[in-house]
Amino acid sequence: MAYAAGLAIGLVGLLPILFVAEATVSVGWTQIGSFLLRDRIGQLLTNTAALVVTCVMGCVVLGLAAAWLVERTDLPGRRIWAAVLVAPLAVPAFVNSYAWSSQWPRFEGLPAATVITVLSYYPFVYLPVAGALRGLNGSLEECALTLGRNRLRCFFDVVIPQLRVPLLGGALLVGLHILAEFGALQMIGYETFTTAILVQYQSTFNGTAATMLSGVLLLCCLLLLSGEVAVRGRARYSPIGSGASRPAAPARLGLGRWPAVSAVALLLVLAVGVPVVGIARWWSHGSGLSPELGAALLNTLRLSAMGALATVVAALPVAWLAVRRRGPLSTAIERCAYLTSSLPGVVVALALVTASVRLLPAAYQTSALVLAGYVILFLPRALVCLRSVFGQIGPELDEVARTLGASSVKRFSRLTFPLIAPGLTAGVAFVFLAASTELTATLLLAPTGTVTLATQFWSHSDSLDYAAAAPYAATMIVLAAPLTYLLLHQSRVVRGR
Amino acid sequence: MTPALEIRSLRHVFGPTGVLHDLDLDVPAGSITAILGPSGCGKTTLLRLMAGFDRPTGGTIRLTGQLVTGNGHWVSPEKRNIGYVAQEGSLFPHLTVRRNLEFGLSRAERRDPRRVAELIAQVSLEPDHLKRFPHQLSGGQQQRVALARTLARRPAVVLLDEPFTALDTGLRATTREAVAAALRRVGMTTVLVTHDQGEALSFADQIAVMIGGRIAQIGQATEVYEAPVDLETARLIGDTVELAGTVSGDGRHAQTAVGPVVLRSDTPPGPATILLRPEQLKVRTGPGAWRVHSVEYFGHDYLMDVFSTRAGLSLKARAAGTVEYAPGQSADVVAAGLGTAFPLASSRS
Repeated sequence: MAYAAGLAIGLVGLLPILFVAEATVSVGWTQIGSFLLRDRIGQLLTNTAALVVTCVMGCVVLGLAAAWLVERTDLPGRRIWAAVLVAPLAVPAFVNSYAWSSQWPRFEGLPAATVITVLSYYPFVYLPVAGALRGLNGSLEECALTLGRNRLRCFFDVVIPQLRVPLLGGALLVGLHILAEFGALQMIGYETFTTAILVQYQSTFNGTAATMLSGVLLLCCLLLLSGEVAVRGRARYSPIGSGASRPAAPARLGLGRWPAVSAVALLLVLAVGVPVVGIARWWSHGSGLSPELGAALLNTLRLSAMGALATVVAALPVAWLAVRRRGPLSTAIERCAYLTSSLPGVVVALALVTASVRLLPAAYQTSALVLAGYVILFLPRALVCLRSVFGQIGPELDEVARTLGASSVKRFSRLTFPLIAPGLTAGVAFVFLAASTELTATLLLAPTGTVTLATQFWSHSDSLDYAAAAPYAATMIVLAAPLTYLLLHQSRVVRGR
Repeated sequence: MTPALEIRSLRHVFGPTGVLHDLDLDVPAGSITAILGPSGCGKTTLLRLMAGFDRPTGGTIRLTGQLVTGNGHWVSPEKRNIGYVAQEGSLFPHLTVRRNLEFGLSRAERRDPRRVAELIAQVSLEPDHLKRFPHQLSGGQQQRVALARTLARRPAVVLLDEPFTALDTGLRATTREAVAAALRRVGMTTVLVTHDQGEALSFADQIAVMIGGRIAQIGQATEVYEAPVDLETARLIGDTVELAGTVSGDGRHAQTAVGPVVLRSDTPPGPATILLRPEQLKVRTGPGAWRVHSVEYFGHDYLMDVFSTRAGLSLKARAAGTVEYAPGQSADVVAAGLGTAFPLASSRS
C-alpha cells in the first residue's frame, strides 16, 4: 500500500523531467542544435551563470559573517540579532525587488540583481551555518589553539571545514533559487532562463521554445545538484566519541564591536527596512484597501490550505517508507521528491500544463493543477517535518506497545498519532506559508480569473501601478512572517537533538 | 513441571549471514535465564522470536505450555502475555511516567491509584517520579520504569534485551541490582540477553551460552564458569589460562608447566589443553622459575602476567590485593583447584 502510494508520488514528481526529455526527442536534434546555438541562449547562459556566482558568493560571505558574529563573538545583543537576521525570509524576493526598483528605477543590471537576491537569500546560508556553529564542539578549536594555531588560522583550518556541509547546502539552495527566480529579476529587467521561459510562453505560447529553454534550465539544476554532491563528497564531520560537547568561548570583538553592530544593523535596514518603507510609501500614495484585495486573500488562503493538506498527505507514505522501510526503492522515491522540488517552478508548471492538456484535458485550467504544482514544489518541506517525527518513534516503541497488549488501533491513536501530530502541523504550516507567496507556478497554472495575492501584486507592479501593488505586498509579508519564526524554531530544534 | 518457555528445533535466518540452527531451550518458571553470547551470535534474534516480533523459518515456541509459534500456530506479540524491555528509550516520550505505567492496564485497573503506586515502589522509585516525563529521568530510572510498566501486566515471561548496556558503569550496577531484586520479589520468569559475562554471572540462575546460532552450553553460573564444554565457551565467560599438558594414564591428572593439575572429570590419556582460571594460579614471590612481568592493580585484586623463560610461556594470574606484587620479582607458580582438560584431537575437530 505505502509502496504503491510512494511510487505514484515519485512518478508524478518525475513528470517535469519526462516532459522535457520527451519534448527534446520529438523536436529532433538538428532543430535543438540550431536553437541552442543562437546568440540569445549564450546571453541568457552568461546572465544566469554570472548571477548564480555573484549571488552565491555574496550569500556565503554575508551568511557566514553574520552567523559567526552572532554565534561566536560577544556582539552586543547577539541573541536578538540571531533571531532578527532571519527576518528577510518574510519578504518574498519579488517584493524586495519591487521596493528597490520602484524607488530607484535606474538601479539595474547585474549589480542590482546581485544586491536584491543576496539580501533576500542570505538567510539560506545564515540559518544552517549558525545552527552548525552553535552545535560545534569548542574543544576542537581549543585543541587546535594548543597545537600552535592562531585564532584566525584556527577558524579557517578547523571551523570552516566543519561548516562545509551547511555552507554547501546553503549555497546550493541559493543557487537553485536563483535559477528558479522569476519575479524579482523580471522586475528589474535582468534576463535569465526562467524569465525568458515565462516571457516566451506568455507572449507567444511558443511551447517548443519554452520547452527547450526549460531543458537547458533543467540541466543547469542537475549540474548544481551534482556539483554539490561531488564537492561535499563522502566526508563526515560528525563528532567522534560521546564526550560532552561544549561551546567555545566567544571571541572578543573589543573596539570592533560597534562597527560590527552597525554592519549587522545596516544589513537588516537594506534587507527589511527598504522593502517595508517602500511599501509604506507607495501605499500612502494609493487609494488604500480594495475589495479585490479581500478576494485575492481568500483565494490565496484557500489554495494554500488545500495545497498544504495535499502535500502533507502525499508526504506521509514517502516519509514513512524513508524511515521505516529503508531500501533502494524508498531511497529512490525520496530522492525523486527532492530532485523535482529543486526544479524551477516554471519547469514544473509547464510540464503540468503539457501533461494535463495531453492526458487529462479536464484538469487543465482547474485548481487541481495548481495543487499538483504545490505538491511537487513543496513536498520536501513536508518531508523534512514528517521524517524527523517518524525518526523519533523508532520501531521499538511500537514493539513495546505490542507486548503491552495494545491493538493496532490503540497503537495508532495513543502512540503514533500523538507523536507525529507536531510534525504534521509543522508540515502543513510550512507548505501553507510557502504556497501563499508562490508566484511563478501560480501564474502559469491558476485558472483564468483566479487571482492570488502574488499574481495580483505581480500584475499591478508589472503595469507599473506600484501604489496598487503595495497592499498585496504588505499582506504577503504579514502572511510570511510566521514562516520565518517557524524556520528559526525548527533550525534550533533540529540542532537540539 | 512444564517450563515457562519451551523452544524446540528453532530455525531462522537473519541478517546477511546469521542463522539459528535447530535451537532448543527451556526456561524454568520463576528463574532468571541469561543468554550470553558475542555480538552477531543471534541472541537478540532469539529474543525477538520469543516476543513474536519476527517469525522463524521453523521450530516451535511454547509459552506456559501453550503453542505460540510453529506448527501453523501464530500468536501476535500483543496477545502473548510477555513483557519486553529494550536496550534504551523504550518509554513513550510523550507520556508521563504514570501514563506510561498505565499504558498496558485495563480501564478498571487504571482506576485504582494503589496499582501505580505499588508498581513504582516495586522498582524502588519514588511516587513523585510519576509526574515526570521520560526525558527528565536518568537512563537507569528509565529502565526501571520500563520494567515496572512491563510487570504491570503480570506477564508470563519478561524479556530483557541488554537493558543495562547503554548505562554508565556506576549506574549499571545499581540499576541491575534494583531490577534483579524487583524480578525476584515477584518470582518473574525472565530471559536476559547480554554480551557481558559479569552481568550474566551476577544476574542469572541459569546461563545459556550462545555461539554462532547455537546454544553451546546451558547450566548454572558456577557450572558454566568452572566446567565449560569447550574453550570458546570458556573464553566467553571469563579470563582463561590455557596450558599445554599431558593427561596421565588414570585420566584424573595432567602434567603442565605449572606442575600437576587435578582434573574435574575423567579424560582420555594423552596430550590436551588444560584450562584453569587466572585466580587458580597461586603466585608466591621468592626464588622460582617464574618472573612477574607486568601488574595491574585493582585495589581488591591484582591481575598480572607471569613469565617463564624455561617454558617460554606467559600466563595471566589473579591474586588478592592483600599482598604486594611488583614487576621483576621472581616467583613460583602452582595451580590450585580443579582443571578441565580438552584432548587435542577433539579440540582440533
